[in-house]
Amino acid sequence: MSEISVLPQPMHDLEVEESRAGLLRWAASVDHKQIALMYMMASIVFFVFGGVEALLMRLQLAIPNNAFLSPETYDQLFTLHGTTMIFLVTVPVLLGFGTYIVPLMIGARDMAFPRLNALGFWLFLFGGFLLYFSILAGNAPDMGWFSYAPLSEKSYSSLGGVDYWALGILAIGIGTVSTAINLIATVATLRVPGMTLRRLPLFAWMSAVNSFLIIFAMPAINAAAAMLFIDRNLHARFFTPDAGGSPVLWQHFFWNFGHPEVYIMILPAFGIISEVIPVFSRKAIFGYGFVAASTVAIGLLSFGVWAHHMFAVGLGHPMDIFFAAGSALIAIPTGIKIFNWIVTMWGGTIHFTTAMLFAVAFLIEFTIGGLSGVIFAVVPIDWQLTDTYFLVAHIHYVLFGGTMFGILSGVYYWFPKFTGKMLSEKLGKWNFWLTVIGFNATFFIQHVLGAEGMPRRVWTYPDLPHWYWMNMLSTVGAFVLGFAFLVLFWNIWRSRKMGEYAGDNPWSAWTLEWATSSPPPIYNFAEVPPVHGRRPIWDLENPEHTDAKQGGRS
Amino acid sequence: MTSSEFFGNKTRLAVLLFLASEGIFFAFLITGYVFYHGAVKNGPDAHNSLDVLKTGIYTIILLSSSATIYMAERALKRKQKGFSFWMGITVVCGLVFLFGEMREYMRLLQQNVTISRNLFGSTYYTVTGFHAAHVTIGIILMGILLLLSFRGGIKEKDHIGVEVISYYWHFVDVVWVAVFSVIYLWSTR
Repeated sequence: MSEISVLPQPMHDLEVEESRAGLLRWAASVDHKQIALMYMMASIVFFVFGGVEALLMRLQLAIPNNAFLSPETYDQLFTLHGTTMIFLVTVPVLLGFGTYIVPLMIGARDMAFPRLNALGFWLFLFGGFLLYFSILAGNAPDMGWFSYAPLSEKSYSSLGGVDYWALGILAIGIGTVSTAINLIATVATLRVPGMTLRRLPLFAWMSAVNSFLIIFAMPAINAAAAMLFIDRNLHARFFTPDAGGSPVLWQHFFWNFGHPEVYIMILPAFGIISEVIPVFSRKAIFGYGFVAASTVAIGLLSFGVWAHHMFAVGLGHPMDIFFAAGSALIAIPTGIKIFNWIVTMWGGTIHFTTAMLFAVAFLIEFTIGGLSGVIFAVVPIDWQLTDTYFLVAHIHYVLFGGTMFGILSGVYYWFPKFTGKMLSEKLGKWNFWLTVIGFNATFFIQHVLGAEGMPRRVWTYPDLPHWYWMNMLSTVGAFVLGFAFLVLFWNIWRSRKMGEYAGDNPWSAWTLEWATSSPPPIYNFAEVPPVHGRRPIWDLENPEHTDAKQGGRS
Repeated sequence: MTSSEFFGNKTRLAVLLFLASEGIFFAFLITGYVFYHGAVKNGPDAHNSLDVLKTGIYTIILLSSSATIYMAERALKRKQKGFSFWMGITVVCGLVFLFGEMREYMRLLQQNVTISRNLFGSTYYTVTGFHAAHVTIGIILMGILLLLSFRGGIKEKDHIGVEVISYYWHFVDVVWVAVFSVIYLWSTR
């Protein structure tokens, strides 16, 4: 355990980089840790954009019949908010965790293809720039993040916003696929000797499965976005009903991507939780095989449920039944995971660090989101509730209460590894409680608003009984949530400069990323510990009680 | 070679994953074509516009280039002469195929069958256009291999690079088999 740790010193050992100064050291980097940090920093910037967009919408909705924003601006805001949070925040920040942690977890020097890694990041970043350049070009996209035809077609969106959206999505899609291929190749070929697939840490497992989802889901939206772009710019007829084209085909293509995408956004968060809960419960994960296998099951099922986003289209009874049943099935492998995490905590010595608090809150918030998801699988209920605030509440319980809580847990867990400094636990507790209160205040009440029939994506609402205070509560909650993130950013900024030194392994964790210094040197490991089980550092520190000796968990 | 050795090569694994992703991409484009098959009641469609025979000949040329790139690969593996020869033939086959496709496009455009004419035009040009772009990229890749080998740069140890480019080329051919079957052979009413 080194007493003095240093901040990341970019690119020391590559001689060609020595001559480069400042930003160019980052821009020209092929080091997986630097690229991962760039992934995360870029997503923080985009998160601020997406967050401000959300707050502007909540301001508009704070009181009935409000005219703070014009309807056109409101449409642009919800389109940018959705696209940003999904493509430019959630997926890249999780890929950032993956590219930083996975090579370290498996004892590798870098990703399998360091340059491809850089390509993936820069494609994502410039895809994001393309999307936001639409604002400077005079017209942000305003058709909603799933860009339904014919609204997205030239006759209804004549300005260039949709084109920037389509091109941005294509660039991001290609970049994301290349990073996914890289992650699979890394896990498949660069594991240290002894690290069999049955000993692979669960975060690496889930990042790999997730990468398969990306590889097979992204082409659907790439094809659809290409067709939309051809429609708009070469006057083809794919999705224009007046010339025989079918808007329903767009929906099929989009959700063939869109539903796996939901799991692309949650599986790595599952992986983070599967690392954090055992470490802070001081117990090995319960049912390792089930957690890994249920991930594969979710991955497979995720490709067979897309049309549950389309019940309102009127696909016919047999289709509805099929997709309702498939969607309900997903609750089984997800439930298996939840129970495994709970049993891992059962009887453990639980340390409620901020990382663990977020992980436990994840279990509760995500389960609420999962339950409202199962409700949506029931076709008549979907017909009643689709496109209301009940749906908005559902996706935010899954993507914020689930994914974002997982990400925050990961930030508090791995920040010491990234920087060599500890995040302040005191500020962390503030961050946690403000997040929990703000999040639930914002979104829980939206279940009620949705059940009462408040439609989403409408810029204002009439002064119906109770709608005013419920919306006001949601708006106040959103600002509390925004403040919680200011606390997080302050914590990161302050701790990076003045935080306590972390040492190699501040949490006494067991996976290989904690076996090297914090932050790791450019070459990652001077010496990789031998791997005889799932918890190599535990085995190393407790040679008398290795996992293998205690019941053959290897 | 066992399967774990086969997939244990990171370059091979990555290219196979990439091609899997590409395969899905083409599957969606072709699905778009199939979805609108028969949607055109009047005007140009596959039945009254396409030249199945000529394109069939160009198809045979493209498919035989899968054999010639295999010969090039085999020559390299066995450290025999002939790598540049077979690779050159493959490039020529690819160019001839592109030439044939260009002629087909010219003929269709002269009949005013454009991408904006109707759903047949939209789907036909999108599917075949994306395929032609992939053929072009393959020709560029193989052209680079040719240049390297003329400069004496390709040795048996570079085999994996040649192997994955040949995978890509086989993939382009397989996609064309699907495209030709669905668009050209399924053009009878």
